Amino acid sequence: MANLTINGKTFTLDVEPDTPLLWAIRENAGLTGTKYGCGIAQCGACTVHMDGVATRSCGISVAEAAGKKITTIEGLASGTTLHKVQEAWIAQDVPQCGYCQSGMIMAVAALLNDKPKPTDADIDEAITNICRCGTFQQVREAIHTIASA
Amino acid sequence: MNKHVSPKMNRRAFVIGTAAVGTGLAISFDPVFGGPAVARAADGSPEVNAWVAIRPDDTVVIRIARSEMGQGSLTGLAQLVAEELECDWTKVTTEFPSPGQNVARKRVWGDYSTGGSRGIRASQDYVRKGGATARVMLIQAAANEWKVPASECTAANSIITHTPSGKTTTYGKVADAAAKLTPPADVKLKDPKDWRLVGKGVKRLDTPDKVTGTTVYGIDVKLPGMLNAAIKDCPVTGGKLKSYDEAKIAGMKGVKKVLKVGDTAVAVVADTFWHAKTALDALPIVWDEGENAKVSSASIAKWLAEGLDGGQAYVGNSNGDTKAALAGAAKTIEAVYNYPYQNHATMEPMNATALYTADKCEVWCGTQNGEAAFAAVLEASELPAEKCDVNKLLLGGGFGRRGQTDYVRQAVLIAKQMPGTPIKLLWTREEDMTHGRYHPITQCKLTAGFDADNNLTAFHMRISGQSILASLRPDALVKGMDPATFAGLNAKGDAPFGYSVPNLLIEHSMRNPHIIPGFWRGVNVNQNAIYVECFMDELAHAAGQDPLEFRRKLMKDHPKHLAVLEAVAEKIGWSTAPPQGIYRGLAHFASYGSYVAAAAEISVTDGTKIKVHRIVAATDPGYAVNPAQIDRQIAGSFVYGLSGLFYGGITIKDGAVEQTNFDTYDSMRIAAMPKVESIVMPSGGFWGGVGEPTIGVAGPAVLNAYFAATGKRIRSVPLRDQNITFA
Ligand code: FES
Ligand code: FES
Repeated sequence: MANLTINGKTFTLDVEPDTPLLWAIRENAGLTGTKYGCGIAQCGACTVHMDGVATRSCGISVAEAAGKKITTIEGLASGTTLHKVQEAWIAQDVPQCGYCQSGMIMAVAALLNDKPKPTDADIDEAITNICRCGTFQQVREAIHTIASA
Repeated sequence: MNKHVSPKMNRRAFVIGTAAVGTGLAISFDPVFGGPAVARAADGSPEVNAWVAIRPDDTVVIRIARSEMGQGSLTGLAQLVAEELECDWTKVTTEFPSPGQNVARKRVWGDYSTGGSRGIRASQDYVRKGGATARVMLIQAAANEWKVPASECTAANSIITHTPSGKTTTYGKVADAAAKLTPPADVKLKDPKDWRLVGKGVKRLDTPDKVTGTTVYGIDVKLPGMLNAAIKDCPVTGGKLKSYDEAKIAGMKGVKKVLKVGDTAVAVVADTFWHAKTALDALPIVWDEGENAKVSSASIAKWLAEGLDGGQAYVGNSNGDTKAALAGAAKTIEAVYNYPYQNHATMEPMNATALYTADKCEVWCGTQNGEAAFAAVLEASELPAEKCDVNKLLLGGGFGRRGQTDYVRQAVLIAKQMPGTPIKLLWTREEDMTHGRYHPITQCKLTAGFDADNNLTAFHMRISGQSILASLRPDALVKGMDPATFAGLNAKGDAPFGYSVPNLLIEHSMRNPHIIPGFWRGVNVNQNAIYVECFMDELAHAAGQDPLEFRRKLMKDHPKHLAVLEAVAEKIGWSTAPPQGIYRGLAHFASYGSYVAAAAEISVTDGTKIKVHRIVAATDPGYAVNPAQIDRQIAGSFVYGLSGLFYGGITIKDGAVEQTNFDTYDSMRIAAMPKVESIVMPSGGFWGGVGEPTIGVAGPAVLNAYFAATGKRIRSVPLRDQNITFA
């Protein structure tokens, strides 16, 4: 059993403490917006915010996540008002297959929180998510659009 | 509709199933554009015809037969229907009719296969007719109601106007009546110059759910009472499952069942995937790996190298007498290149959910070929077509991998052993990396001859390596030859060679290792473009000529190839020197009916770190349905192709794939992304593909720029094997 705070709600989940947070989110809390891509903290598809920090949820256990404030893609918007990254993603038509984009958006949201006007070098350093469809050009443009707004 | 499905229908479905992605097997069908019996959409709104259903609130539901895997053809196909329908684009929504419905309705939606960059070009004609037919019927319905001639009425933006009286109505109001009309026998399509929606870079229709995490991919399917399965298939293709020790995992949390899947795999079914995977990892398994366990990358390389000189070869393109011309040449140049196996590594690993009961088998999955998936369900479930169906979901990437149905078959074989319980089978990334349908491996020896004036007189290209069709579609071989091997090298057709050489010989020594090949975005264009365009660059330098000028002389009879090449050369500023420290390379190629070219600008540090600053890319796909999406497909294809060039390469040890995850089969990140400037230059009169053709030109353009920077030729892929990386 573990208590997790996800998107402002407390979930009491029947999971072993060493279960990766990713699977607890997807299978036990039922929030499937967070994606599995590699399971070894390489691809970033599973990125969530833990106390505001972009975190690859496949790489940390439920035990480590307990007591932290976890935000997933489903909790990024404020009610029906989309987060500025989500808005920019729609305006710029960023996603292709979209599978990596939950993680990409969460990583970018965390970056912009830290650095509202990131340089290209900041982006290169902070955004290391894999996108096999290759949406990087639109991702970069959308980040700059948000930063210059 | 037939109550009893004859064996004939089953066989037909199997034939469809074999028409996998890649070069398509044409199966004729009769598009039916409506009829007296009103069919209804799932929500009860009337179908004007198979392609268009309209709700009373004027929402237009456009049916999309092809799959959406990120390439954007869902939006492009909807644009084509909407253009002719004259409907309000803001009220358009889409749905995928299931393959089972297609078979039940005599394939009213035609081919579902989404590969070979055919999604739009192979269906544009009949989907536009679907839209036009529906428009005529809607206008007729309004005219009937008003008791006026239809010729006095027009339609625009989902509103029908009776011009003389100024009366108007909407599509939603007359859809029911329109659905009862007999469709017109023939409709006239718009002249492309009158298109208002086609040719516009409108936004994709599937984006909003993708930014909120609400899109349901196959991996996200939830059904009541569903259990989850993890699977391990024999690591060596051709090997078998010998035994497993179930007792060792007895009592592990959540585990419901351990079972054999066919002769080669074992699966654990549990309450959650995490429990299934954890138990499977703990399960002792003994494989009977068989003969193929002796194969390694080295043994394959040796076998392929033997094919560069000796033995039989299929001739794909030839003119003149190349061997004699080479013997008599004043100067000859020779080089050997190679290109490795590649894995698709779609972001979403393979998965499918199946529910099997005694009289029904239903599957939910992402597939590039709904009908092939349907055929796999029939085969694995042993149920007739009327008792099976496949629910198509959006794909978390396809790139050719999801045209195969191995994962669908597995899911059904598992579900069949647990009737009544929906089972979601998900592959780990490791299973996905080691059980792919790999881009085939080849080597290539190129030999060219010059006369005393440095004119190219002979060009001999001998490819040695694997055929995709021999393994996946043997029916498509032509007297044993795999025509797809010659993508971009043909004398004519939709993938023609872009040069005229007096003596030309292009041939293929087919050697098929046990690794199962597959159609990997761009397919044989990937290596062929490198082989031809890097070697052409070598020849230009050997002749002491500018690479653009050297090519231009050989391209007089290939104006479409030349047009895209000149477009990129002009935009990159080929005629003027690049900035200090920047080096340039060029390449062009034609495939899937389109003409593409690229010019790259790179810098190199320490001879081993490549920074690709900029790639100018031109494409002439004949018609451009959505230029904004074409722009994204170009940039995206470069990421995929350059990832394969720099980081890719699947290697074989003891018969099995060595790479297991993105730590050993890496993929490009944003830091390495060049600025891609696309030139979409549709010249009209033909329909070419978009998703794949461009992938081939980024690689040779970068490699040629690398030579310009360092004086060194790279002839072997991937670059990581030579310790060359992105800066
Ligand atoms: S699934 Fe967590 S980083 Fe890839
Ligand atoms: S949009 Fe498909 S993997 Fe990124």
